[in-house]
Amino acid sequence: MEDQGQIKKMMIILSKATLENVYACFVLANGARMEGIQAEIFFTFFGLEAIHQKKLEHLHIATVGNPAMHMPTMLGGLPGIEALATSMMKKEMEKLDMPPVREFLEILSASGVKMWACKLAMDMFHYKEEDLIPELDGVLTVGDFYKQGSGVGTHMLFI
Amino acid sequence: MIMLKELVGNTIDVNEEGFMTDFTQWNTQIGEALATENEISMTPKHWEVITYIQTEYKNNVPLSIRKIGKSGVVDIKEFYTLFPNAPLKTATKIAGIPKPVSCI
Repeated sequence: MEDQGQIKKMMIILSKATLENVYACFVLANGARMEGIQAEIFFTFFGLEAIHQKKLEHLHIATVGNPAMHMPTMLGGLPGIEALATSMMKKEMEKLDMPPVREFLEILSASGVKMWACKLAMDMFHYKEEDLIPELDGVLTVGDFYKQGSGVGTHMLFI
Repeated sequence: MIMLKELVGNTIDVNEEGFMTDFTQWNTQIGEALATENEISMTPKHWEVITYIQTEYKNNVPLSIRKIGKSGVVDIKEFYTLFPNAPLKTATKIAGIPKPVSCI
């Protein structure tokens, strides 16, 4: 094999806006760049909230329907629980030197991660490009995104 | 595993990834040679970054891309321009210090 199985490019699709998924996506993209691997993110469906100017600072972790929280589902649904769990997690992440969402997006952009918004999801949520972060590289269809990922050694990941 | 490596008339200890395991063996000539091996031609700005990360290492501060961006020495974009392929790994290798273990 000419590429020796090496990963050359990571194409990551983020479809969720829960904080744990957003961070997983960002850490994977940034980690790729740190290893000299190209990385691109396609924000689709709720994933768009992670690049929406008015929403990206208000993302929460999921306390309902998340068995790893080890908390009864009914308790997780009480008012304030999600916010409490989120603020606890943010504190822990700050200790690990994990940047907040907006700063993380700036780091990704400066590191050369390409960031794309999904056209279909934008239409569905009635978002305009000016609602999204200035670092955005553009709005793409699924076909455009696949074209971006062409080449030997590209891997795609759906979150 | 530690191996011995001959470089510009010096013998240095390196691990299997080519990172030096004994910083006391490091000098600028070795840094320059390690840079050449990694296809980097050093400029005064490169050296400024190397000196910064060596100082952080000596002060036991864990390195991350975010810290580099806040260093005041270089911003993240420029850091990637100076060391295009895996910047933190390449820079720490040239600086003669261990590879950072951080995921961010």
